Amino acid sequence: MQFMLLFSRQGKLRLQKWYVPLSDKEKKKVTRELVQTVLARKPKMCSFLEWRDLKIIYKRYASLYFCCAIEDQDNELITLEIIHRYVELLDKYFGSQVCELDIIFNFEKAYFILDEFLLGGEAQETSKKNVLKAIEQADLLQEPRHEYFNVPVY
Amino acid sequence: MPAVSKGDGMRGLAVFISDIRNCKSKEAEVKRINKELANIRSKFKGDKALDGYSKKKYVCKLLFIFLLGHDIDFGHMEAVNLLSSNKYTEKQIGYLFISVLVNSNSDLIRLINNAIKNDLSSRNPTFMNLSLHCIANVGSREMAEAFAAEIPHILVAGDTMDSVKQSAALCLLRLNRTSPDLVPMGEWTSRVVHLLNDQHLGVVTAATSLIATLAQKNPDEFKTSVSLAVARLSRIVTSASTDLQDYTYYFVPAPWLSVKLLRLLQCYPPPEDAAIRGRLTECLETILNKAQEPPKSKKIQHSNSKNAVLFEAISLIIHHDSEPTLLVRACNQLGQFLQHRETNLRYLALESMCTLASSEFSHEAVKTHIETVINALKTERDVSVRQRAVDLLYAMCDRSNAQQIVAEMLNYLENADYSIREEIVLKVAILAEKYAVDYTWYVDTILNLIRIAGDYVSEEVWYRVIQIVINRDDVQGYAAKTVFEALQAPACHENLLKVGGYILGEFGNLIAGDPRSSPLIQFNLLHSKFHLCSVPTRALLLSTYIKFINLFPEIKPTIQDVLRSDSQMKNADVELQQRAVEYLRLSCIASTDILATVLEEMPPFPERESSILAKLKKKKGPGKLPDIEEIRKEKNANINGGTEPVNASTNAKASPPPSSDLLGLGGSSTQNAAPPASTGGSLLVDVFSENNSTTPPGSVRPRRGRELLQVCLQNLGRMYVFFGNKTSTQFLNFSSAVLNVHTKPADPTVEGGAQLQQILNIECVTDFMEAPVLNIQFRYGGTLQNIAVKLPITLNKFFQPTEMTSQDFFQRWKQLSTPQQEVQKIFKAKHSMDTEVTKAKIIGFGVALLDQVDPNPTNYVGAGVIHTKTTQVGCLLRLEPNTQAQMYRLTLRTSRDTVSQRLCELLSDQF
Repeated sequence: MQFMLLFSRQGKLRLQKWYVPLSDKEKKKVTRELVQTVLARKPKMCSFLEWRDLKIIYKRYASLYFCCAIEDQDNELITLEIIHRYVELLDKYFGSQVCELDIIFNFEKAYFILDEFLLGGEAQETSKKNVLKAIEQADLLQEPRHEYFNVPVY
Repeated sequence: MPAVSKGDGMRGLAVFISDIRNCKSKEAEVKRINKELANIRSKFKGDKALDGYSKKKYVCKLLFIFLLGHDIDFGHMEAVNLLSSNKYTEKQIGYLFISVLVNSNSDLIRLINNAIKNDLSSRNPTFMNLSLHCIANVGSREMAEAFAAEIPHILVAGDTMDSVKQSAALCLLRLNRTSPDLVPMGEWTSRVVHLLNDQHLGVVTAATSLIATLAQKNPDEFKTSVSLAVARLSRIVTSASTDLQDYTYYFVPAPWLSVKLLRLLQCYPPPEDAAIRGRLTECLETILNKAQEPPKSKKIQHSNSKNAVLFEAISLIIHHDSEPTLLVRACNQLGQFLQHRETNLRYLALESMCTLASSEFSHEAVKTHIETVINALKTERDVSVRQRAVDLLYAMCDRSNAQQIVAEMLNYLENADYSIREEIVLKVAILAEKYAVDYTWYVDTILNLIRIAGDYVSEEVWYRVIQIVINRDDVQGYAAKTVFEALQAPACHENLLKVGGYILGEFGNLIAGDPRSSPLIQFNLLHSKFHLCSVPTRALLLSTYIKFINLFPEIKPTIQDVLRSDSQMKNADVELQQRAVEYLRLSCIASTDILATVLEEMPPFPERESSILAKLKKKKGPGKLPDIEEIRKEKNANINGGTEPVNASTNAKASPPPSSDLLGLGGSSTQNAAPPASTGGSLLVDVFSENNSTTPPGSVRPRRGRELLQVCLQNLGRMYVFFGNKTSTQFLNFSSAVLNVHTKPADPTVEGGAQLQQILNIECVTDFMEAPVLNIQFRYGGTLQNIAVKLPITLNKFFQPTEMTSQDFFQRWKQLSTPQQEVQKIFKAKHSMDTEVTKAKIIGFGVALLDQVDPNPTNYVGAGVIHTKTTQVGCLLRLEPNTQAQMYRLTLRTSRDTVSQRLCELLSDQF
């Protein structure tokens, strides 16, 4: 996989993960182009499209689009399920159905979960249990919150 | 704010995000962000040491701001500090920031690498994972240099935790993708292969990805993985759906791992060992059988993951291309999917069938689905699916169904999406030519193409139809008749007029016997459309007219009148005017015999690969197009792209070179000032090489568009500059100077029409970037003219090639190993990646091309010494082409960083 983008129906980018080196300028250009292309597609259309020399796999969950770019020899359907498994992981972590707001306010968590699941663009751990175990262990390492209750915000 | 805020809530961050969300306008948002940035900056700069929590919070805010699309130019140092925190969450945020906002600032990289090194050796699995994730996310060369040797050890060490192994495997995979030269194969590879037997399926999954990637480049190194992969796959596909516990996904056992294993097997030919081969065939059969079983769940995830495995199995079957029964079964399975209600499956089935069509075992089986595919073309609502249907029709086309397929494609073309029209036109043109038994059908097809989609018919297509008509005399009469009829339409496409004009000019005589298409009628028909055409078409028609004078002497006066008319003779376009004048003169002074010789019928074109096919290949990229040439085992390696036979021959035949100056106006040539060391063609045109070639004269044209001065450069060890005065007036106070180059002063006067020679002796004092500029000054009439010409002198002109052995080369290569000495560039090929041309370019660059140095024979390696007055700079270079990706990677190592940089720029420009 070359990159994964999450964006809203309004075209706001919510998460971006790049597995190939691109400059910031290129990233912005790619994002703009793809968000436009994907948002323009109708609901019943197929989830795959050719874009430059890559294959774009996308799926919409509520107000969020999940969009992956894979190479020619990569498998389209299994990529769709990568997206789904990631959504399941987010659901499970945030409790019930994950919503856009969860990802906005906890963007760092969304990145951490993704890193446990995908690394270098490949599935690292496909077991839901194992991924969540890793994340929860990390959460257990958090310092207790009360330490900071009296710390001023700014 | 959301109800859920797991782990440590950073309240300040949540408040800030809320604030941003509440901003009513973009301006308000920017204002809020700037306020926050100022606040963070002052905190970071403040005297009071920040505690870890605050640092983490601010770094996280910066990250959020960056992800919103704003630039962040500070905070890196604070993020790096977080890396060495012993609190997990602080470290984690630090790593996240680094991963997202990598900066090639070398000081920081060193600090980051230090922190990573500490975590890698901490033996704390969570810390190790964090650092491995960071390396995998950044994947930079610096990190590869620092860790590529160490990670394999972590991966295969007996006491490494499973989760760390998984991270290490994929980390290595990423480094191998970005810097393959830095990931050394070695003793660890065989131990990695054995991870395929690991108890932990997560480890197996990650390891399989790594092995599949490495095996693509080093198949021999990982050969033993085949039997292990087959064994593993067999265990998975025969397992009950609950056996693999959490690795079963919607009742499908380990779909990700299965896909990966099948992918890995596609790096190899079918196993030679009969037992392994039998076991693999069983696996593939089982997968095909399962596709026929009723689904275990109605969920889309179940069918998707099951079919993902199925499609990958079919890819493997096609890759092996050796088991006819499997191929036909695969084809039947895909046939079922062609009518599936899931759009995704229809799309994939069409795509996968394209490759099946190229196997001799399954080509016939694919053809049986022609009606379904044609139907898809008519009924699919999604253009990307229709596109796949077009591709498949093209792939399954052969002599038996060509007429039907071409007809359907033409039908579809009438309403096809604009985005794919040109491609369909090319495909129709290729199929019509390739499978034409009857060339009248071919001519009809192409004329239909022009009628339906004239705008999308590229030059290659109409050049090609003319080539074919000229080469086949059995179709010439029919072609003349057909274009004549097509031209009767009140509005016809300009491309039709081009084809019609050309064909009637050559073969109009074949239909002139019919009073309905007499010479005069033909001429009037063409000329009635003349005034609506663009200049190139009109130029072509003028050539047709002079051919008519030869073919039909009876209408000579009519045509001469047309040529003589003011609209031709005084046409504002030079080319049209010139043609009219010349053709008129030719028709007046040449005898019938001469005219007949000059305007003789075109000789047949040499047989060559269709230029259209080359164009389609170029459009789709080499790997993308199911190559019908290859299917039928017709090897035609010589791609003769971009030929323009018609234009060239028209000129050669009827019109003298356009630059010959008929009216004595002078200065009709359109050359520009000589560009310094630029290369025009695909070969490096080295104007300053040892073979004393002369540069094409560059003409300097100040303001009024008339040429005053011609500057010619010639190099014979030193450089000769010629100044030619192209006017009749004297140039006074003539002087020329180059900064830092010794010149003999030039004669201050240049007579009108005379030439002046000046000698420049050039020595390289030190390495340089900019080409030296020759400043020329003279007085012409009353005005002072100032002209600056860049001299084509670049650093590589001072190369002396050095031959050396492989051993010497690598020894020196290693000596030049500091980061500053190496410059590397990865870039897209701008020209065709021909081996001989590339070699010529490297030699032309000035270095010695070293054979049998690089272990990979497709790479190029060169060595040379740059001589400057003060020092000599040794240079080593390596160029790695990747024909599949059409990319190059160029690495230069020299003892001086500026030299590496400059040479890399110069050379990379050439490919």
